[in-house]
Amino acid sequence: MAFFVARRLLYLLPVLIAVSLLTFSIASLLPGDLAYTILGDQATPENVAALRRDMGLDQPIWWRYLNWLGGVLQGDFGRSFRTGQTVLQAVAERLPVSIELMLLAQLGALGIGVPLAIICAARSGGPFDRFMTGTAFGMLSVPTFLSAILLIYFFAVELRWLPATGYLPFGEDPLANLRFFVLPSLTLALAEWPGIMRVLRSDMIATLQEDYIALAKAKGLPPARILFVHALKPSSLTLVTITGINIGRLIGGAVIVETIFALPGIGRLLIGAILTRDLIILQGVVLLVGAGFVITNFVVDMLYAVLDPRIRHGHS
Amino acid sequence: MTGTTLLSVEDVIVDLPTPRGNLRAVDHVDLVVGAGRTLGIVGESGCGKTMLSRAILQLLPKKAKLSGRVMFDGQDLLQLSPEKLRKLRGRSLAVVFQDPMTSLNPVLTIGTQLIETLQEHLELDDAAATRRSVELLAAVGIPAPEQRLAQYPHQLSGGMRQRVAIAIALSCEPKLLIADEPTTALDVTIQAQILDLLAREQRRRHMAMIIITHDLGVVAGRTDEVAVMYAGRVVERAPTPALFKKMRMPYTEALLAALPKLDAAPHTPLPAISGRPPDPTRPLKGCSFSPRCRYALARCQNEKPALEAAETSAHQFACFHPIEAHADANA
Repeated sequence: MAFFVARRLLYLLPVLIAVSLLTFSIASLLPGDLAYTILGDQATPENVAALRRDMGLDQPIWWRYLNWLGGVLQGDFGRSFRTGQTVLQAVAERLPVSIELMLLAQLGALGIGVPLAIICAARSGGPFDRFMTGTAFGMLSVPTFLSAILLIYFFAVELRWLPATGYLPFGEDPLANLRFFVLPSLTLALAEWPGIMRVLRSDMIATLQEDYIALAKAKGLPPARILFVHALKPSSLTLVTITGINIGRLIGGAVIVETIFALPGIGRLLIGAILTRDLIILQGVVLLVGAGFVITNFVVDMLYAVLDPRIRHGHS
Repeated sequence: MTGTTLLSVEDVIVDLPTPRGNLRAVDHVDLVVGAGRTLGIVGESGCGKTMLSRAILQLLPKKAKLSGRVMFDGQDLLQLSPEKLRKLRGRSLAVVFQDPMTSLNPVLTIGTQLIETLQEHLELDDAAATRRSVELLAAVGIPAPEQRLAQYPHQLSGGMRQRVAIAIALSCEPKLLIADEPTTALDVTIQAQILDLLAREQRRRHMAMIIITHDLGVVAGRTDEVAVMYAGRVVERAPTPALFKKMRMPYTEALLAALPKLDAAPHTPLPAISGRPPDPTRPLKGCSFSPRCRYALARCQNEKPALEAAETSAHQFACFHPIEAHADANA
């Protein structure tokens, strides 16, 4: 097991280096000179040259990359030239919002998708299964901006049950905070449950054909135990994968949903950085989000080993 | 037939709908197993042995249609509610499947899979169930049984896994154990061990047992009675000694002849049964074995022989041209 973890950790290293390299090049290859962006069109060439020297922009790109990477390794991701905030400060401020949104959305998606998948698999081919499979397929093709607007229309405008936009920190007023999160997380959950349900349903149907399920029936076990203990665990590897990918993706913020519901999360930070050409923030945030994604997937790999003892013991 | 009847299969038919039409997997089968007795069901692949065992266990695929009667211990299994059937399965009606590589759940420990059966049917607390599991594993010849409880199936060899499967089947002292090709997936050296283990536990626990196999050698000396199946039907049925002394059905004879013999000269070709069983979606009018039978005459192709008793009521066969007594038939 320790060997398994160590080997997976070793795989992370080249991935993280690649992520940093890509992030840096994207920011550096954007057209336009950063010094002009900061100083404006009216700046004198002397001022521009001085700023370029200060920021190291006159150095070769590989030198700038190593310089930046050295800072990153010491925890210095740079500082926004607009607000003066460091990247870490900006992210620390926004991250709780995105993480709360991500967690609530995943809970919602799993809460809808998993029970439906189990019921459908247990009665595969039946009317309920056919209806839900069709519904899931339909839901899969509804974009989040549409469901967000529909949810706002019904629950905020017509019924007036929930606020349409806004945010209050959890520490200030937990209930109000949760009320702000209902619609955005429901929007994301509606987009994600069909994938969860379809994957788990088909894996469960395959598992239910296994000899060991026939033996579990022959042992006289109750149907619920067969479904939840004997079939669910061996069927959930793909489910864990897509949940991991969803979590990793949402750590970077749900750009559209955060924008529609005016949630101050990572997604909005990114959009803001792009719109104001705040490259330091942009590359720092993208790197952190990328690292978060990679690490989440590392945790998912570890979860495989928890779910399947054959992986734990080094059989493949 | 001594003792009371434990299981009687009466006129059982299993139909499976397939894209090519209806497949009759089991065709009007009657069988009886007395309490504490052993029955061998022999036949080549696809002759309906496994479907028959699944029909007895009520574990047929959803689409399968089953008719007839399966009386077990005074109850008609086909009429039982799912809940009552569940209480019976694992408790008094147990099964060992063919492939121990796939019949144990890969993500649950050996202990969990044993203990859950015990606790489902017997009122045992955790400590008692664990103790009982250790005894069972020891009884089926697994070394260091305490340590095995925490292990997963993939940490055990195929033979050991089949022993675990047998321990699970024996756990609640069933009245009938169905062993569906229990040794087919195992190494030859392990096969005899597993068969002897089954025979020993069967005698010790006075349970009835059905051994399903394609190997006549497996049932010889280990069963009280043998039923030979071909194309979904029982074509010969007799007490084991009587069958091996004087087999009447040409198919049984051909099956026995197809077994490799240790005393045969090297490079002797095996007298395999040429051809294949008939397509079960296209039933033949006459005897199903007639296309492959060296004794077949015109009548065999037009008329189905019934399973009837000959000299003794215990020996039945379905053939118009049974093999006449020649003592050296199975030499």
